[in-house]
Amino acid sequence: MSAGREIIRSRTVVLPVENIDTDQIIPARFLTTTERAGLGRCLFHDWRFHADGRPRSDFILNQPAADGCDVLVAGRNFACGSSREHAPWALLDYGFHAVISTEIADIFRSNALRNGLLALEVTDEVHDWLIAHPGAPVSIDLESCRLRAGDAVDTTFEVESFARYCLLNGVDPLGYLLSRLPDIECYEAGRA
Amino acid sequence: MMSEARDITGPRTLLEKIWRRHVVVPETADTPAVLYVDLHLVHEVTSPQAFSVLRRRGLPVRRPDRTLATVDHSIPTSPARWQGDRPTMDGEARVQVETLGENCAHFDIPLLGIGSRRRGIVHVIGPEQGASQPGMTIVCGDSHTTTHGAFGALAFGIGTTEVGHVLATQCLLQRRPRALAVNVSGRLAAGVTAKDLALAVIGRLGVGGGTGHVIEYRGAAIRALSMDERMTLCNMSIEAGARAGMVAPDDTTFEYLEGRPMSPKAAAWERAVRDWRTLCSDPGARFDREIEIDASTQEPQVTWGTDPGMVVAIGGRIPADGGARQREALSYMDLDAGQAIGGQPVDMVFIGSCTNARLSDLRQAASVLRGRRVAPGIRAVIVPGSQQVKAQAEAEGLHRVFLEAGAEWHESGCSLCIAMNGDRAAPGQYVVSTSNRNFEGRQGPGARTLLASPLTAAASAIAGAVADPRPLLERARRIA
Repeated sequence: MSAGREIIRSRTVVLPVENIDTDQIIPARFLTTTERAGLGRCLFHDWRFHADGRPRSDFILNQPAADGCDVLVAGRNFACGSSREHAPWALLDYGFHAVISTEIADIFRSNALRNGLLALEVTDEVHDWLIAHPGAPVSIDLESCRLRAGDAVDTTFEVESFARYCLLNGVDPLGYLLSRLPDIECYEAGRA
Repeated sequence: MMSEARDITGPRTLLEKIWRRHVVVPETADTPAVLYVDLHLVHEVTSPQAFSVLRRRGLPVRRPDRTLATVDHSIPTSPARWQGDRPTMDGEARVQVETLGENCAHFDIPLLGIGSRRRGIVHVIGPEQGASQPGMTIVCGDSHTTTHGAFGALAFGIGTTEVGHVLATQCLLQRRPRALAVNVSGRLAAGVTAKDLALAVIGRLGVGGGTGHVIEYRGAAIRALSMDERMTLCNMSIEAGARAGMVAPDDTTFEYLEGRPMSPKAAAWERAVRDWRTLCSDPGARFDREIEIDASTQEPQVTWGTDPGMVVAIGGRIPADGGARQREALSYMDLDAGQAIGGQPVDMVFIGSCTNARLSDLRQAASVLRGRRVAPGIRAVIVPGSQQVKAQAEAEGLHRVFLEAGAEWHESGCSLCIAMNGDRAAPGQYVVSTSNRNFEGRQGPGARTLLASPLTAAASAIAGAVADPRPLLERARRIA
């Protein structure tokens, strides 16, 4: 997984569209897969490609400036809509390790963190700066919950504490749940 | 935690009551609650990777008896693609449906599969079978799981990793969401439906306005809604970003559930109803946020943009005041700021989806279409929410009304709501749709979706343009 102990250092790609929904992140017609690998080719598909499959040169991910960028700065309120985990899978497979917006939809944020994609909410002020400075160098430190960008931004962010703990320590949430099976059995017995 | 301490005594919200009943391990600052799941609904699209994890780790499904699967998203609905019980499907979709069948057989999960007469959209069949009940926690790898909150359940969508968690442990790691009361006074006028109310609520909150919250719909207008209408309203809660939507159960709920295949029976039914009557927010219960809406002033709503919050009353105009988001949306929709939405020509009408494909929705559509014709050049597609809804509609002769009007009558499924089964609109086409999302490309690449109620969709099919259904209803009443 991408997050973990390492500090993410990257330039940003800015996609300043508000309310980007999960159908834009990955259109539903690509969900007929039984695998999770290889979905990066479908990321933002209908914004990235013409109907005949040629790349749209005006879309940011098709421009040289986006090469090697691991951090996506999206317009306000990112990833509303569907519960499809294919959305974070596609972002990760494409090469993103973090996405930043003012608000991030509940299900997407949970899905993202379960897969090691940091989905960070920042203040309007920080967001405005990031939007206005595409390609800015950022560093994201999950250990200290610190986001730095250029010379202008040095701020902290919140990540659900258990998801953060799991990412930093390589703990598998399913393993944790399985370790609580005695509690689950006790609960079931108490309701029967 | 502060909030937990506050709960120990004093009035509680419906959300708090259901939450507390399902806490296996309490939430702490470091760890989310381990929350028990009563009902796990499964479909073909978001489950295969979860089953793969179980197989890889050698884990069983903990409670197959609390799990119910069906196929809905990727199966064809067009009659031309069905021969008896056998659909014609493309490679990947076929593999996906077959994979669910194999997984259900392997893990002993009940499956209402392709050949089943109880098959249908997962959020239609849960209630229809009596599986969705008050006080339950209900999850599914689908954001419109919010639908089941209509029964006074805590019902929400989860991702595929969490589908695996529930399969393996019957539990989820969750932090308690905040409670948002949407208080709806008055009564919806004739021709104004639960769908219109849902769109009006989203218009008020915005598509991110409910994030982190569970909505409880309350008030006289809500009490007056049928179960089908409550399902429509709760279904759309996710479109305001809410985790879930719920309505406290009452006699309307109990009447709906009594006698359904999976409802409690005899003495167990009596016990259940006594318990369910306690499931309401106590007087004085504190919500984190409240909004007030007067149902009686609502009008039919139509969306004009590319998210469900971009909505206007049918007699209204697209807002003049711009902003980049609105300009992008209007550019995609090829509509103009300040334009009246009524009269906008359309190419297709879709009546279906987990939002609006239950029997009462089809009856409403038929009440408008009866004795009338779909306008020339308009394709009207009507897709029942389940095979049982289809059978009931046919028993009432509704299919004849649709076919005589020139509409298509399909097998059940998600169909044009998500356009991943081959049903889709062409690039640039305008579709008045009773579904829940008008996102770019949702009904096919380049397709332009205008969300509305079944009444408005039917009236628009006749007019060949966005049309207010109320004049047609008045005429129908006068003739009657």
